[in-house]
This record gives sequence, C-alpha cells and structure tokens, in this order.
Amino acid sequence: MHNTLKTTAAVLLASALPALADCPIKVGVLHSLSGTMAISETTLKDTMEMLVEQQNEAGGLLECELEAVVVDPASDWPLFAEKARELLTVHEVDVIFGNWTSVSRKSVLPVIEELNGLLFYPVQYEGEESSKNVFYTGAAPNQQAIPATDYFLEELEVEKFALLGTDYVYPRTTNNILESYLQQKGIAAEDIFVNYTPFGHSDWSKIVADVVALGADGKKVGVISTINGDANVGFYKELAAAGISADDIPVVAFSVGEEELAGLDTTNLVGHLAAWNYFQSADSEANEAWVEAWKARMGEDRVTNDPMEAHFIGFNMWVNAATEAGTTEVDAVREAMYGQEFPNLTGGTAVMLPNHHLAKPVLIGEIQEDGQFDIISQTEEVPGDAWTDYLPESAVLKSDWKELGCGMYNTETESCVQIKSNY
Amino acid sequence: MVDITSAGAPTRKPFVMRYPSVAIFLAILSLFTICVTVLGEGFGIGVVSTSFIKTLGKTLCLCLAALAMDLVWGYTGILSLGHMAFFGIGGYAIGMWLMYARTEVIVRESLSAAALPPTPQEISDGIATQIFGVVGASEFPPVWALAHSLPLQMAAIVIVPGLLALVFGWLAFRSRVTGVYLSILTQAMTLALSLYLFQNDSGLRGNNGLSGLQNLPGLEAVPQSQISILFFWASALALGLGYLLCAWVVSGKFGSVMRAIRDDESRVRFLGYSVEAYKLFVFSFTAVICGIAGALYYPQAGIINPAEVAPIASIYLAVWVAIGGRGRLYGAVIGAAFVSLLSTWFTGGQAPDVSLGFFTIQWVDWWTILLGLSFVAVTLFAPKGIGGLIDRFTEHRSPERHGADLGPDAGALREKEALE
Amino acid sequence: MLFMIQRALLLLIILMAPTLVSAQSADAPIQLILQSHSEAIVKSSRKTIGPAIDALAQSGLPEAQVVLERWQAKEMWVNKESGLFVFAVKANGGLQTFDVSDNSETGIADKKTFKQLKPNSGIRSMIAAALVQFQLNDPIPENRQTALTAIERDAQPSHLIALRGSLEGEEDPAIRLRKTRLERLLTIRFDEDEAARISAIEGFDGDLSVEVRAALNPLIATEIQVGEVVPEGSIPVEVGSDELTESQAYSFLVENELAPATVSPQAVKETLIANIEGTAVAGIQVATLDDVAARETAYKLLAQQGLADPLVTNAQKAAEIEKHQFFRTYVGASLPVALAAQAALDNIETQVALNRTADLILDALSLGSIYFLAAIGLAITFGVMGVINMAHGEFIMMGAYTGYVVQLFIPDFTISILVAIPSAFLVTFSAGVAMERLVIRWLYHRPLETLLATFGVSIALQQLAKNIFGTQARPLTAPAWLDGSFVINDIVSISYIRIAIFVLALIFLALFLFVMNRTRMGLEVRAVTQNPRMAASMGINPDKINMLTFGFGSGIAGIAGVAIGLYAKVTSEMGSDYIVQSFMTVVVGGVGNIWGTLLGATMVGTLQKGIEWLNPSNTLAAQTYMILFIILFIQFRPRGIIALKGRAAEV
Repeated sequence: MHNTLKTTAAVLLASALPALADCPIKVGVLHSLSGTMAISETTLKDTMEMLVEQQNEAGGLLECELEAVVVDPASDWPLFAEKARELLTVHEVDVIFGNWTSVSRKSVLPVIEELNGLLFYPVQYEGEESSKNVFYTGAAPNQQAIPATDYFLEELEVEKFALLGTDYVYPRTTNNILESYLQQKGIAAEDIFVNYTPFGHSDWSKIVADVVALGADGKKVGVISTINGDANVGFYKELAAAGISADDIPVVAFSVGEEELAGLDTTNLVGHLAAWNYFQSADSEANEAWVEAWKARMGEDRVTNDPMEAHFIGFNMWVNAATEAGTTEVDAVREAMYGQEFPNLTGGTAVMLPNHHLAKPVLIGEIQEDGQFDIISQTEEVPGDAWTDYLPESAVLKSDWKELGCGMYNTETESCVQIKSNY
Repeated sequence: MVDITSAGAPTRKPFVMRYPSVAIFLAILSLFTICVTVLGEGFGIGVVSTSFIKTLGKTLCLCLAALAMDLVWGYTGILSLGHMAFFGIGGYAIGMWLMYARTEVIVRESLSAAALPPTPQEISDGIATQIFGVVGASEFPPVWALAHSLPLQMAAIVIVPGLLALVFGWLAFRSRVTGVYLSILTQAMTLALSLYLFQNDSGLRGNNGLSGLQNLPGLEAVPQSQISILFFWASALALGLGYLLCAWVVSGKFGSVMRAIRDDESRVRFLGYSVEAYKLFVFSFTAVICGIAGALYYPQAGIINPAEVAPIASIYLAVWVAIGGRGRLYGAVIGAAFVSLLSTWFTGGQAPDVSLGFFTIQWVDWWTILLGLSFVAVTLFAPKGIGGLIDRFTEHRSPERHGADLGPDAGALREKEALE
Repeated sequence: MLFMIQRALLLLIILMAPTLVSAQSADAPIQLILQSHSEAIVKSSRKTIGPAIDALAQSGLPEAQVVLERWQAKEMWVNKESGLFVFAVKANGGLQTFDVSDNSETGIADKKTFKQLKPNSGIRSMIAAALVQFQLNDPIPENRQTALTAIERDAQPSHLIALRGSLEGEEDPAIRLRKTRLERLLTIRFDEDEAARISAIEGFDGDLSVEVRAALNPLIATEIQVGEVVPEGSIPVEVGSDELTESQAYSFLVENELAPATVSPQAVKETLIANIEGTAVAGIQVATLDDVAARETAYKLLAQQGLADPLVTNAQKAAEIEKHQFFRTYVGASLPVALAAQAALDNIETQVALNRTADLILDALSLGSIYFLAAIGLAITFGVMGVINMAHGEFIMMGAYTGYVVQLFIPDFTISILVAIPSAFLVTFSAGVAMERLVIRWLYHRPLETLLATFGVSIALQQLAKNIFGTQARPLTAPAWLDGSFVINDIVSISYIRIAIFVLALIFLALFLFVMNRTRMGLEVRAVTQNPRMAASMGINPDKINMLTFGFGSGIAGIAGVAIGLYAKVTSEMGSDYIVQSFMTVVVGGVGNIWGTLLGATMVGTLQKGIEWLNPSNTLAAQTYMILFIILFIQFRPRGIIALKGRAAEV
C-alpha cells in the first residue's frame, strides 16, 4: 500500500516537473578502484570524470550540470550488485558507466534489470548476451576474435592454431566460438590446440614448448591469445627466451593493449599482434585531440586504450540520445539510442544497433619497440553480433530490442526465449 | 553478564537462566530484527535502503560462520583455515537449485510455444544451454544431477560440508596433524577447492560462478525490498538458533572436554577420552553450521564464485574471531559484525579522507593497511579482543593458573608474560 | 582497362603539374610497374599482392631489389593525390622523401599528403621470398643468411633451383653448410625426382630437428578411403576402433553416397511438425509426443504412408558397413617416398619421445628450483625456528620491487642486477629484523597467533606496495646475456634465466649448509633452536640469534624475489602466488631439514609437470591435483619425506 502511494506520487511528480526537477543529472561510475581490477578500471573512472567535465564545460545536458557519482566495488563481484543497487536507489543516478570483467557484469545484470537502470559496458567480451538495460560499447567476438582469425587464415596463412587463454569465461567462450569457426573454415580438429592457465600464471616453458612442437608436421602455427592481465608478462618473456619471432609463430592477443605493454620490455615482441577497435596510434584529428586531453589531465606517460574509446563513444551517444529524448528517463533514452551515430576516434562512424551493440571497425596492430601498436589492418565498420553465428545453439538466436522487443529471440521457433537476460 | 566459559554450577535452572549472556544476546538480536523490519523498505517506513538491509542480512550470516569458527578455534583450539570453504559449498549447493529452477521456468515457457510438446531431454538441454552457454558448454555435468530438487539440494547444504569435514578431519586427526600444520593443511584444502571451482571443467561455471541468485524462482512478483527482509529474518533466526545450539554444546561436560583439548590435548587423551572423536565432531558440526550460513548468505549477495572460497576469506574469518575475542560466543559475533561492517564503510568510499597536509589518506587505499596492522595490535596487546572490554565492565577476572597459559588456547599469552 | 586509365591519369598529372612532381621521375620503369599494381599494393592483402611482387621481382630492373627491401621495411609511401610511390622516412615533423627509381632525395613533404604502406608480416615474408634470388649470391654474408631464413620461413619450388645454383660459389663454410642442409630439405619437399627425394630423406636419418619433421610429416599424410578391396600399399582400417568408430564409418559411407542418410532426432521433429494436421500427426495426438519413443512411432507411421524417409536401423547400418572395406592411403607423396619418410620418422620416434621426456624433466627441475628458491627462506624461519611467517611471500615481493627500483636508477641491466641482489637482501633483511623485534619476538610461545599477526603484516605490506607502485605489473628486465635459451636440440631447450635460477638455488643450498654446519653462527642457531635456555647459559644471546636468523631467512626471500621477478612478473600479489606452495614444499619435505625442502620442491615441481603432461590443455587442473596429492601425502607421512627422529623432532 505504502509502496503504491509512493510510486504514484513519484509518477505524478515526474510528469508535473519535467527534466528541471532532477538537476544535477547524475552519472554513476561503477569501476573498481581497489583490488585486482583496479589498474584497468581506475583508468576508466578517470576517463568518465574527464568526459563529464568536458560535457559540463560544453554546457551540460538538458540545461543541467552533470555530476559523476563514483563508487568502489573493490574487484569484489557480489559487491558490484550491491553498489549498483546503491547507485540506482540511494543516489538515484540516471545512467551507469561501469564494469570490466564479465562476471561483474553478470553480477550487476539482475539488479539493473529489476530496477530498470541503464548500463554502458565498455569492454570487449564474449557475447551471448543482450540485456534490455545494457548497451555494449566494447567488441563482441565477431568484432575482434573473428576478424583477427580471418587475418591469420588469409594474410598469414596459418594452418594450425594454438588457442591459449586464462581459465575464465571470456577465453572459454571465445575459444569455443573460434574452434567452431575454424572447423567451418576447414581446419581439422587436431590442428587446434587449446590450453587454459590460471590467472597470473607464470610457468610458461612447457606450454611454449608445446606450441613450438606443433610445427613439427610442417604447417604454419599461429597463437591466438586470450591470456589475461599480468600472466602475459611471463608468457611473452618465455616466448622471447625461446627465440620465437613473430615471423615464425605469430601471436595475436585480445587482451593486451597499450596499458598492459607498459609492464613489459617490448624489444623482443616486435611484430606480434593485437586486435582491438582502437589503438592510441590511430591517425585522426579526433584521436590526436583525445590523446592530448588525456595526457594533459593524467600525465605525459599515460596511454589511451580501447575501453576508453568505448566509454567516449558510449557517453557521447547517451548525451545525444538524452538530448533528443528531452529527458534522461531510461526508457525514452533507450528508444532514442537506436541508430545513434557518433564518429569513432579511429575514423568512420559508430552506430548503435537495435541489439544494443555498436558497429565499429576492427583494427589489427603490430607491437612496436616503443610499446605502441602499428596499425596494419583496419576493416570497415562491423556490426556487433550479440549471439554468435558459429555455435549451433546461438546461431538461431537474435536480439532486436527495437522491433521485436526481445534480446533472445529464437528465429526458428519465432518466439522470444526470455525478456530478462541470462545470467 | 557472566561468561559462559566460567559458569558451570550444576544447578537445575533452565538453560537460558544459567547463562544470562545467551538471553541478553537473543534479546538484542530480536530487538535488532524488529528495528530493521520497521525501518526497512519492504514492510516498514523505508528509512533503511534495501541494499543496506542486504548488507545487514549478510553480516548476520557471517556472524553465524564466526560462531562456528569460535567453536572450533576458540573452544577446541583447532585453527581451521578452511571454514569459509564450507560456507562456500553451502552457497553453491543452494545456488545450483536457484539457477536450475529459475531457468527451468524460463525454458518450459519458451518451449511450450513450440509445435510439439518438449521431451524431457529437450527441456534438460534447454536448461543446460541457458546455464552453461555463458561458459561455452551445453550439457549438464554430473554434479548437477540433483539440482532439480530443492529438498535434495537443501540436504546437500548440510551433507556435503559435513561429509567433507568428516573425511578431511578423520584423515588429519587420525595422523595427529595438529597446530600450525593443521592450519596449513586446511588452507591447502581451501586452495584446492577454490582452484577446482575455478576450472570450467568442474561444471560449476568456473570463474563466473552462479549468479542471479537473488531472483527466487516462483517469487518473481515479490519485490527485492521484501525478499531482502525475508532473508534477513531467516538469517537472524539461524543466528539465534545457532547461538543457542553452540551455547548448549559448550556448556555441559562436552564443552569442558573441548576446552581441555584446547589447553592440553595429551592429558585429555591420557584421561581416556577419545580426543579424535571430539575434534572430529566439532570440526564437522561447525562445517555444517558454516554450510547453512553460506546457503543463507549467497541468495542475498546474488552471486557466488570461486573467489569467495579463496584461502584469504578463511583467514579473515579467524581474524574476526580474534578481534572479537575467542573463547566466548558473543565475542565472535561482535568481531564479525564489527569488522565486516567497518570494512564496508571504509571501502564504500563513505569514510572521510584524512588530510595530513603533505599527504591525504584515502581510506579506499589505506583501510587494508589499517586492518592488517590492527591484527598485529590485537594479537600483541589484546589477545582477548573486544570481548576483553566486557570483562572490564563486569569485573570478570581470569582464573589463577600458576603461570600457565592464560588462554584461550595452548600457547596463548602466558601469565608470566602478562606480568612482565 | 583500368591500367590504361591510370596511365592516362598519371600522364595528365605529370603534364598539368610539372612543378609538383618535378623531382619524381613519374615515368621511370620501376614507378610504372608499381603504378600498374597500385591498387593491390595500397590494399596490402596477401591474397591479391602476389602479381605485384612477381612483377617487381621478374622485372629485371636493378632497382627492384631496393624497392622490395624498402617496401618490406615499411619505408614506402604513396602520395594520396598523385598516387605516386616514394621512399620516405619521418624527419622532424615532416617526411623526407626519396625517389623510388634512383633513391635520390626529393625534399621534405607534408606527412598528411602521403600514406604509409604497411605490408603485414604475411606480405613481408612473400617479399622476402621474392628477394631470395637477389640476396642468395650477395657479397655480404648477412644478406645471404637473410635469404636462407626467408627460404626456411616461406619456401617455394623456385628456391630449390636458385639454391642449387648458389651452392657452387659459396665461400663461407657455415653458410655453405646451411645452404646444403636447406637444399636437401627443399629436395624432399619439391624435387620431381623420386630417387633424389628418397636419398635426401635417408640423408636425414636420426635428425630430430623440427624442420626435418616438418618436411617429412606432410609426406606421410593419409586419408581414409572406402572401396571393395584394400589396394596395395594401403593400410586396412578396422571399423569400431578408436581410429574409426561405427558411426564415423557410416557417416563416411553417407558422405560418399554409398549408403542412405540417417534421420536425426531433429529431422524427425521437423518432419512431424511439417505433417501436423489439426491436433494430430499421423493420427497420433500432438500432445502425447513428449518423448523420443512416441515421436519415433509417429515418424514410422509417416514413413509407412510415404510422407518421410524411412529410419535407418542399427542392423541396416552394420550391414552397410560390412559390405565395404575401409583403408588408409598415402596422399602426401608417391608410395616409395611416403614409405621412406615413414621409415625415417619411425626411426626417430623413440628418440623424439626420449627427448620429450628429457625436456619435461628439465621443466620439472626448473619449476622445482623456483619453488625451492621461494621456500628456502621459509625453510629457515619456519623449518629451523618454527616461526610461521605468512608475510614470507611479501618479502619475496619486496625483493622484486627492490630490483625494479634499482633498475629505475641504473639503466645498465647487468650492473643493476648485480646491485639489486645485495640491495634486495639488505632491504628484506632489515624488514625481517624489524618484524622479528616488533612482532614475532613477543609471540614465540603462541604459534597460531604468530600466523595471524604475520598475516596482518602480509596484507598491510601488499596494500602498501599497491599504494606505492600501483597494481600494474612492473618490468624487471634480465640482462641481455640471460636472454634466449640453451638449445640442445629442437625438442630439448631451457632458457638461460631458468638455468640461472637453478644455479642460484644450488648456491643458496650450499650457503645454507655452510652457514648452518660450518660457522659459529650456525652452531649458535642450532643450539638456540634446540634448547634456548641451555644455549643462553652457554653465553649465547638467544634474542640476537633469533633476530639474525629471521633476518637471514627474510633476506634470502628477497633475493629469491629478484630471481622470480626476472623470469615472471613483478606485482604486489606475486607473493601470495607462492606462499601456500612454499609452506607445502617445506612441510612435504620435512620441517627442519634442508634436504627435505630440496626433495619437497623437486617432488612438487615434478608432480605438477607430470600432471600437466597428462592433461596438457588445463594447467589449473594440474595445480589442483598437485595440492590434493600433497594433502593426502601429509596425511600418511605427517612429518614429511625426511622426518626428524628422536629429540630433534620434539622441538
């Protein structure tokens, strides 16, 4: 009873006093500032603060100041859910930008969906998800893993694949998709070597030796690495020690960006590859301005990376959508988001699709001695695919929130499997 | 308030009357529960947010686990660094049912739209794809064989931790592994379990763990503000019952033998008691309590994953008990509640920064350091923990032990040391 | 057509803007070749670039080599407007350009008007392969080596002739040897003459190198085929074996259209759905079709009515399989060559297996030495003194960070490591002494509380490191002379850094034995651990000895930290990766005995590598099972591998 009264009152209030009532507009930032993920996520918190500041300088939004509400979920997955609830109910933010790991996103999903919040998720991930309340501004597998594999197959003529990953969800699902994809491309199952190692693994000699031994049947070997975080340090050191040059056994990494290379001596890694939607070395005026603003704020030695660009695009799209809708109310903004366009930092235009993913170009870069990447391949914009086409269970699924109002639509039975997402 | 460890007069008064601390504790707990209910959003005036009620409910579960830890360490002298593993197992057991049942509802609904009625195999495949699609699998591993049944998984909450503790304890106590060796061994057990759970092949969704546990199947229409209160009540009830049960266990002759084992194991053995049997009972019994606590905790947290079972969690449990004061049940509860709530407050960013002029202490960064140093301080200067303060009020005095250990366990602060 | 238009456009540009490109000789023959393949070159894809490279390589122009080389080095740029190619290097904000035809300077240009060509490594290796013909007889030995490397990476049939041609004039004996070997490898792969191939194969008898196996293995590739009889030279395949299961055999028959296709449950379902009439299929109510048997019954009814393909029974499948013979046939080469290759590979098979084992043992020893290094400090503090130091891992971390800080100040890696080792010892020695004086001293009678207090120190130190250095991994770079590996053959090799760690572990072992058994201090340490009161009455100061021993153990942990940081990573959490394993190592080996720790480390290392070998795709499982094994081991041997006996055991 009490609750109904309250909601009625809230609805009345909201309809009586549009927009003006909720100044300042609050932007929730849900990134770990302590714990293991702090290193990656703190950068994104700084990015968000910079974006909010820039927007305020440009006149705010809907005649309101923007205010960033920063909380610290401390790399603790259950805490993510708690903090998300706090942001939405206590601080009453209009939008949340946050999360890095998939498990933290899965932790937050039920809360966001229950309270009808809005989350922008900026990191490349394994796909197989499309929530009504989340916009995925990072890459889906078909925007990173598949093009990189194509590059291996077509440009480097790799015939034998070693899929090395850290044992968690992103590598598991990505490698599953890739295995299936490679087999469809005619690579035999026995020519795919898969290995999973724990977080922070350091003893790589045997695995590197195994990879070298793959070449014994005369096929060109390539490594697709989904190794996460600081385990990469040991891996690349062992690779260098074994004298494996990128010309013999190329390695393409999906989780190694400018930030990660800072912990490494890159002289022995020149020529190995990474696939992203953004590299700091991208040659465009927008990017130059962005890098300059970042360095001016954070210091000359700081680098920019792909998830930062994702937040840049996501935030600006949200601002434009809210301006179009004339309100920050979640459902109105969501409707306005579909079809939003915003220029990428790497050139071209990102488009928000009805499946809540972006269309973005895919870039492949070679590691250089200075820890930056030399972009050697850039595709046209690739539309992000929530459900991969390369796994039989997912191939029949599609997500379309605009027309079908469903994130998990089975095209075979022509019915919506579920409205809420799978977590 | 008389500490139950020192009470022992064989009068036939009712149990609660003999140990007023139990009555006081239960009274405070009930009062607290009523207050929270009144202040909460679900059934009350809505002053306290749902997220904070969840925090409080979880804290009660942690208190229950700390109670178990106190029983095994404070009273029996076994420093187990594995009890949070049992806590996690309880969470996984209930989590499996929650995930299965919730997904089953979805799958049945979506398959009912198909032209042919689904076969049992199709339903099972559908659920498996939903649950394991995230980790790149689509078949049920054998561990999930019982996940469809709530009563069986409820039984698992008790049986699996109990059985694991029984087997592990039997092996360890049989070969007389004691003291720090046992601690290291239990820590290794926890590490092995968390590494096992981390593997995708273990069939429990690896690093992702089980998520969305706050959504109870069949109760989709009930708002979280009410569910959180229901769980809060359940946790409070479990804590109250657990406290009563633990107080009862440590009060009688059984309790005396436990304390005797703590103080001098070999003497107890010479007196003809089966030390191993006592230890095994306490170890398994507390494991079961932890399992139940975990089963109540994780539906409130919403997600369980292997990081929750990591060795460090168990060490924290020991630290809570140490800070609260070992060898007294309310000490464990105070310690767990105090430290975990304080932790939430400091890491939540609510604590004000301290400016030293040349340097600003941001608690997000410095809280852990403070916590770490406070362990050192407590062990060095206040081995009785916060509970020791209560002794001062009640003018409770330690028994004269002729220069031997002051307790609460063998090798604790000696009277002679304390005098120096 | 396109080519013509381009030519015309080009001429037009040249005529219209003579000043713009005056310095560029736009009609130089090499530029014209480049222009004619302009699109492919700019697109830069391995699939389309072939003709462009061939055209350059076969142009016969002397400048083609330079063009290819500079293109490969990413020094060729294209003018966005004129489409002309130039060589260019970045120079103070602009672009220093050179003419492609004669490499003459053509002045500084604006970077924005040019686009850099970035051939990917696939194209670069194609260019390298094309350059072989120029470089193979190059007077500079390095260039000849480059050519040989290019052949190794991307060999082509044409290389065989070029290589044979260059063998005669080769003066340098090392290069000559390499050329000869490569010539024989190419003979195996490309020569038309069977006898030559077989003799080349036989020439490599007993050679374990990856290249040889890589050349031989494709020759013995087989394919399963089916027929009425097994042809000569083919190997019959048993149906029902692991090689070919019955269902595989049957689907193979279906693929070759030798048997009718099976009907999958999915197909059954689809057919049923397609034949629904009202609420029934073939007279059976749809609502009852909720299990497989009911669906099959309904399907059979449909099949009888001729509305569906009949189901294939297992008996039918078996009969079909029975009718055919399955066999493997060599498809990689003609039969004699394949048999020769097979024989050569069979010869080295046991050799390869033995070497693999040797490599595994080396890995296990190396891992064991790392565990030993991490645990040796603990063997002193825990093993000798009985102090549980949960902050031991953080001392390792402190040592590693000390190394990192030293490298910040001393850029020369060799000197910095030499400085880092003693400074790491000093830093952690002082930290250990401080901790002993402030904390552990008061807790000697309370081992369980020592555990908690040191754990508190451990998390405080870890967080402190995070606050100071951040959570990002920090680089600790080994000196150049530790780069690379000691290669015995292509199977057995070990990196120098691991050898260094191994040696360091041995040095520490010797140091420990020397200090404990041969010095006054060792004697006093042993006296104090066995009976502090008696030792004190003999004039030994137990407080001082305890302090120094603890400091010594911590100091060694610091040095271990430098070594571990060199081979892996430096993060604030690196200590916690080792702490449980280190305690296990000490406990498994037997507390109080350094040889026990050594055995424990070896056992843990071997065990882990052994399990990894059994299940190479999951390293995490190896760690899990290793810990489980150790737990069980301790249950049955609670005092470790080397158990102290008698009075010493009671201490």
